[in-house]
Amino acid sequence: MPKDSRTQDVIFEARDLHISARREDGAEVPIVKGVNFTVRRGEVVALIGESGSGKTTISLAALGYTKPGLEFTGGQALLLGEDVTGKTTDQLRPVRGESVAYLAQSAAATFNPSIKINEQVTEAPVLHGTKTQGEANEKALALYRALELPNPESIGARYPHQVSGGQLQRLMAAMALCGDPDLLVLDEPTTALDVTTQIEVLKAFKRVIKEEGAAAIYVTHDLAVVAQIADHIVVLYNGEVKEAGPTDVIINRPRHPYTKRLMAAIQPLPEPGQGNIALDEHLRDDPAIEVRDVDAGYGMGVGGQPAVKILRDINIKIERGQTMGIIGESGCGKSTLARVIAGLLPACEGELLLDGQPLPPALADRTRDQLRRVQFVYQMADTALNPRQYIRYILGRPVEFYTGLRGKKRRKRVEELLELVELPASFADRFPHELSGGQKQRVNLARALAAEPEVVLCDEVTSALDTIVGANVIDLLTRLQKETGVSFVFISHDLSTVASFADEIVVLYAGRVAEQGPTDMVLAAPHHPYTRLLISSVPEPRMGWLEEAAQTRAARSGIAGGVEMTEVGCPFFERCPLAIPGTCDKVDPPRLDDGHGHVIECHRELSELE
Amino acid sequence: MLSLILRRLGIGLITVLAVSIIIFFGTKILPGDAAQIRLGQEATEANVAAMRERLGLDQPVPMQYLNWLGDFMTGDLGTSLASDVPIVNLISDRYKNTVIVSALTALIAVPVSLLLGIMAAMFPGSIYDRILTFVSVSLVAAPEFFTATLLVLIFVFALGWGNAVVVGSIEGKGFFELIAHFALPVTTLGFVIASQLIRMSRAAVLNVMNSPYIEMAILKGVPKKRIIFRHALLNAIGPIVNVIALNLAYLVTGVIVVEIYFGYPGLATLIVQAVQTRDFVLIQGLGMIFCLTYVILMLIADIAAFASNPRLRHPK
Repeated sequence: MPKDSRTQDVIFEARDLHISARREDGAEVPIVKGVNFTVRRGEVVALIGESGSGKTTISLAALGYTKPGLEFTGGQALLLGEDVTGKTTDQLRPVRGESVAYLAQSAAATFNPSIKINEQVTEAPVLHGTKTQGEANEKALALYRALELPNPESIGARYPHQVSGGQLQRLMAAMALCGDPDLLVLDEPTTALDVTTQIEVLKAFKRVIKEEGAAAIYVTHDLAVVAQIADHIVVLYNGEVKEAGPTDVIINRPRHPYTKRLMAAIQPLPEPGQGNIALDEHLRDDPAIEVRDVDAGYGMGVGGQPAVKILRDINIKIERGQTMGIIGESGCGKSTLARVIAGLLPACEGELLLDGQPLPPALADRTRDQLRRVQFVYQMADTALNPRQYIRYILGRPVEFYTGLRGKKRRKRVEELLELVELPASFADRFPHELSGGQKQRVNLARALAAEPEVVLCDEVTSALDTIVGANVIDLLTRLQKETGVSFVFISHDLSTVASFADEIVVLYAGRVAEQGPTDMVLAAPHHPYTRLLISSVPEPRMGWLEEAAQTRAARSGIAGGVEMTEVGCPFFERCPLAIPGTCDKVDPPRLDDGHGHVIECHRELSELE
Repeated sequence: MLSLILRRLGIGLITVLAVSIIIFFGTKILPGDAAQIRLGQEATEANVAAMRERLGLDQPVPMQYLNWLGDFMTGDLGTSLASDVPIVNLISDRYKNTVIVSALTALIAVPVSLLLGIMAAMFPGSIYDRILTFVSVSLVAAPEFFTATLLVLIFVFALGWGNAVVVGSIEGKGFFELIAHFALPVTTLGFVIASQLIRMSRAAVLNVMNSPYIEMAILKGVPKKRIIFRHALLNAIGPIVNVIALNLAYLVTGVIVVEIYFGYPGLATLIVQAVQTRDFVLIQGLGMIFCLTYVILMLIADIAAFASNPRLRHPK
């Protein structure tokens, strides 16, 4: 395709686009059913919808590509005026990476682990002969600078595993932009990132798209993100366009019921005082589980200490029938804490108390009854459920193991469990792959409930789910808690989800508790500087939020590196806008207690943290 | 990475030691006495006793083991019971012969099968892929003596090419004579290892071809050849090298049927002779040599796999 297309106004147009899946028996299953939309130069068009809405399939059509098993069955996908649906891979090769470039959801999976970054970034234009290696290197360097990557001169000489996730995501943008494409296709490019990282990546994307004069198709399920970056929004459901229009119209005056539902499913950060009221009907003298002075880590070090210490001085109490939310960026030790409580990773220091009684640190030393009382729910139901077992067996085994029910009684209990998580009893005779993502997560939860536990550790259980499905799972958890009095440890990097649901919040940073207390108090000032950074990074579904946040964000130092463990002092020192050099980096921060169970670990006075 | 290699080296040494114990005590529990065998049935008791003392057989068994191991480490494999010749002399020529055939087979079969396997991975489900799958699975199912017989029938008897029996020195032979000399055993062995190499290299590359970074390369407009040889193969080296090493080890240690079939004077025919003559000093020596070959090849494969992994080469 000619590069003198710079004058063309319409970059991409989908005209009555149809895409179908071909089943093994030859039957056609329509996935995309007659979609129309236009992308003009300099515009960002967002495709929004839940999984299964066909949004990724449509966006890939701009590259003339369909995932294996799918095929174009009608209509046109016009890239710079030429239909790309009927072309062969060889015909499309000069277009891909040159006229249109793709950014995938997970940069970590999209970069070849065995090839240095710069070669991958510059590969497309050099292969297509539009740039010499030298020109491409220059372009890449300029992009590294524009994307605010650290050490732009040398970062290209690294391998993908040697840079952080947020950096890799921006490097993928550099890879896409290196060939000066007219159209960028971005597929959920910030979904896998922490909020603090997402904000930086969004900012960089937005600026670079503008500076390069490119147009973009932005695929996401997150309306708050869309509001920051898109000019137009196309709302998709089940392969059809439900509503389309300028961003402010869709965000502020949604008309289609489905768009309204999507907007309603966004959980804004509750205002302080609006959080959950703790129910005390299940309370007892002793907390359901207590973690005292726990240290834990991986590997074998000197003197029985782990080689890499992940958690330090963790002290938390989870009351019966309540939910403890654990929040922090990736790498801060959230999942490690859950593994310590579950006994998968024995703590090297400190102790665990279950209902006031000591709980052995290692799984192998616990009695069956102790095992029963603490259960674990994994993030990915897809990998946590054995694909070759019927749901009946998946649920029946823990039922028999923990409660000793057999035969008819066991069967009945499995059906009760399914009912408890609002699934029909007939699902017992299905395999996991016959269920949707949300349904699988419910089975995953039911398996934990089969043990009739007192504490359930939920590790990012809603993170892989769509907004609406995730909200339904949270409703279910709330109901189950009321009915059974179970305590939840709810781990998430999503502050709004945690805040809407947890009675107490623990903010972890680099394996230490930065702040903890009742949800209302954690959300209200005084804040630990890190909590403030997290709160200010949660995107709001209104236009212009990104710019405001970038201006006023308490810690503009936010991206200054990932989470680093430190031997002494406060680990947040490097990123903290209130850091006191000489104190914060040398001395462990003291615990500031306001007397109401609200604790902040900081060298500053509480009054300074208002 | 260095610590990983050292650890592998340590594991290799432990393996060799464990195998040495099994070999030594395994041959010890066999009936028969080395001194008796050596001197023959007519020897007097006094002579046998003297011989036992000379061979160190009067010492406690663990001492004998340590002496044997010590000798082995200094390159002294003992003296053959059957022929009174130092084992080292017996083995060295045969080892050279086996290595020649193995190396020839590997040189031809490994690159050809990798190429065939990778090409099958480039066009999965194509006619070419299906035919190759059919042929390689059939070859893997056919025992070596069957393949060898088939080849001899076709080439030697029907067409009159090559030798059905591979004996005599290779010195002084011309290029074409050498081809005729080695053609059939090398082809038979090649078939045996090729099928596994083809299947494994196809699977390893195909596995990588499903990863998101390959899809990304397609969407960047990277040509298929480059996708395979630059993007996919780099990430498939680990498993492929391991299969190559396993097959090379098989070539050195497991070619008994083929060597016997063609009457080839390699290690395999030697070990058959050793078993027939109950020459367990020779069996011990051969066992240790097979074990060392295996361990060294595996070690090389591991190091190659480590070296191909940038995460190990360049830690964070």
